[in-house]
Amino acid sequence: MSIKRALFGTYVVGVCALATLVIVAILFLITTNIIIGGWDTISWEFLASAPEEGMTAGGIFPAIVGTVFLVLLMSIAGVPAGAITALYLSEYANQKSVIARAIRFAVNTLAGVPSIVFGLFGLGFFVQFVGTGMDRILTDGVELHWAQPNILWASLTMALLTLPVVIVSVEEAIKNVPQELRAASLALGATRWQTIWNVVIPNSMHGILTGTILAVSRGAGEVAPILFTGVAYFLPHLPGSLSDQFMQLGYHVYVMSTQSTNVDATRGIQYATTMVLLLLTFLLNFSAIIVRSKVRGKALQ
Amino acid sequence: MQETRLNAAALKKKFRVNEFIAEKFITGVAFLSLAAIILIFIFVFREAAPILFEEKKEVSAVAQVEEEQETYGEEFLGEGSAVVAEGMFRSESVESAGSEGEASLENLLSISWQPVSGDPKYGILPLAIGSLKVTFLAILIASPLAILAALFTSCFSPRWLKEILKPTIELLAGFPSVVVGFFALVTLASMLQSMFGLEYRLNALVGGVAMALAVIPVVYTVAEDSLASIPKHMTEASLALGATKWQTAIFVTLPAAIPGVFAAILLGFGRAFGETMIVLMATGNAALIGWGLTEPVRTMSATIGAEMAEVVFGDTHYHVLFLLGAILFLFTFTLNAVAEIYIRQRLLKRFRGEAS
Repeated sequence: MSIKRALFGTYVVGVCALATLVIVAILFLITTNIIIGGWDTISWEFLASAPEEGMTAGGIFPAIVGTVFLVLLMSIAGVPAGAITALYLSEYANQKSVIARAIRFAVNTLAGVPSIVFGLFGLGFFVQFVGTGMDRILTDGVELHWAQPNILWASLTMALLTLPVVIVSVEEAIKNVPQELRAASLALGATRWQTIWNVVIPNSMHGILTGTILAVSRGAGEVAPILFTGVAYFLPHLPGSLSDQFMQLGYHVYVMSTQSTNVDATRGIQYATTMVLLLLTFLLNFSAIIVRSKVRGKALQ
Repeated sequence: MQETRLNAAALKKKFRVNEFIAEKFITGVAFLSLAAIILIFIFVFREAAPILFEEKKEVSAVAQVEEEQETYGEEFLGEGSAVVAEGMFRSESVESAGSEGEASLENLLSISWQPVSGDPKYGILPLAIGSLKVTFLAILIASPLAILAALFTSCFSPRWLKEILKPTIELLAGFPSVVVGFFALVTLASMLQSMFGLEYRLNALVGGVAMALAVIPVVYTVAEDSLASIPKHMTEASLALGATKWQTAIFVTLPAAIPGVFAAILLGFGRAFGETMIVLMATGNAALIGWGLTEPVRTMSATIGAEMAEVVFGDTHYHVLFLLGAILFLFTFTLNAVAEIYIRQRLLKRFRGEAS
C-alpha cells in the first residue's frame, strides 16, 4: 500500500479520535467548571439548611427534600406501571398483534415527546381536568383545592415522562432471562403466571432496579414538566401533603440564575446547587451502570 | 387463554383464576402508555383548539351568535368557555382587538410576538424561526462530532477503550438540561462573547452550542447502535479482500449504516426542537425576526416555559401557548415516526436483506 494512502488512513482515524476527545473534553470541562464554582459554597450546612435573607444566603434543604419527594412519588406511580408494561410486551403480547405494536409505538412516541409538552399536558389534564373534577366531587366546587399545581400532579406528570425509561430497561432484563429457565418451570407444572412470578421477575429484578435508578435520575433533572404543575420558587414549609407545592433543585438553579433580583450575589449558591444536582445524577447513572455490568459479568460466567 | 383449554381439579381451577386476573391486569396496565399518548394528544389540542376554531368576540360583532358551534365537535366546546364561536379563520383587522386580544390567523402569522401589551400580537413566525435557528445550529455542530465519535468507538478503538468511552459519552445524556443551560448562561456565553467579540452575550449561537451538548449523546447512541449492527461478514469480507481497517470503516461500514445515521440525526433534531430549559436560559429570549446567528432569539419551547406561569387561564394568550405546544408535539411526533418506521426499520431491514 502506498505511503499516501497509509497517511490518509492515519488522518481518518485521527479525526475520529479527535471528535471523541472533544466530546469527552466538553464533559470534563462542564463538570470541573461546576465543581470548582460550587466548591467554596458547598458544605453540610448548605445541604441541611433553608434559604435565608431573601434567598441570598442559607442552603437548599427544602429543594433537596422536594426533589426527593417528587422522585419517590414518581417511582411509586411509574415503576410498577412501567415494569408491568414491559412484562406484557415480552411475556404476554403476541409480537405481531396490532395491540402489541400499537403499545410499542406508543412507548417510543412517549419517549420522544418534548418535556415541555408533558408540562402542558399535566396542566391541561391533571390540574385543570382531573383536579377540577375532584374538587367538584369532594367540595362541590366551592373550594379550589386539587385544581391547583401540586406535588401529586407534578409527580404523575413526571411518571409519564419516565415511563419509557423503565419499560426499556425492564424489557431488556426480561429478554435476558434464559428461555431454559422458563421451560424448566413450565415443565415442572407451573402455570404461566407462576413462572413469571417465581422465575421471570426474580431474574429480572436488576432490570427493574436499573430502570428505577435511570428514571429517578431523569426525573430529578427535568424541570420543564413541573414548571406549571407544582414547583414553587420559595416555600417556608416543606410539602406536608399531596396537595402542597414543593421546591426542586433544577428549578432552584433556573430561578436563581435567571430571575432573582441579584444574580451575581448568589452565584456561589447557584453553582453549589448545580453541583449537587449534577453529582446526584452522576451517582445515579454510575450505580445504574454498575448494576448492569455486574449482572452482565454474572451472565458471562 | 388457558382456562378454556383445560378443565381439571379444583386446585388447578384456583390457579387459573389467578392466571386470568394476572393476564387481564397486566394487559390493562400495558394500555396505559397508549392511553397516555392519546390523552396528551387530546388535552394539548383541546386547549389549543379555541384559537383555530373560534375567535374572541368583538364589541362590534356581538350580534353574531353561536350559530356554528355544533360543527366543531363537542369536545372543543364542552368547556363552558365564555368564548363565542364566530367562524373559522375569520381575519379581522388587528387594531379592533381590545385588551382581551384576539388570535385570528392573520395575527398568528404576523411578524411580532407581543402577547402582553395593549394590542397583543401573537405572531408565531419569529418563534418558529428562533426554534429552527437554534435547532439547525445544534445539529450542525453535534452531528459531525457525534457521528465521527461513533465511528471511532465502533470501528477503530480497542475493546477496553470502547468499554470506557461508551458509558462516558452516554453520561452526557444524563446531564440535566438545567445544568447545561446554567453552564451556557454563566460560562459558555462569556467565553463565546470574548472569543468572537459578540454584541449580545446571550444569543442563538450560545443556545445552539449548548443545545449541541444535549444532542450529541442522542445522535451518538443511535449512530453507534446502527454502526455496530452492521453484519460481521460484510466487514470481514472487506478486510479479507485486503482493505485496511479505515477503508472498511469508510467504504463499507458507514455506507451500510447510513439509514441509521440519518435516523440518529432526525432524532437529534426532534430532541433539540423540543428542548426547553437550555434555550430558556441561554438564548436571550427576544422574539426578533432575522437570520443573524449572534442575535438573541426566542424559541417556541422557551416561550411556553417562560409565559405559561403568568397567563390567565382560558384567555387567548393561554390558548396560543397551548397551540405552540401542539405544534411542538406534532413536529416531534412526525420526526420520531419517520425515524422509527421508515428509516430505522424498513430501510435497515432492506439493507440487511440485500446484504445477506
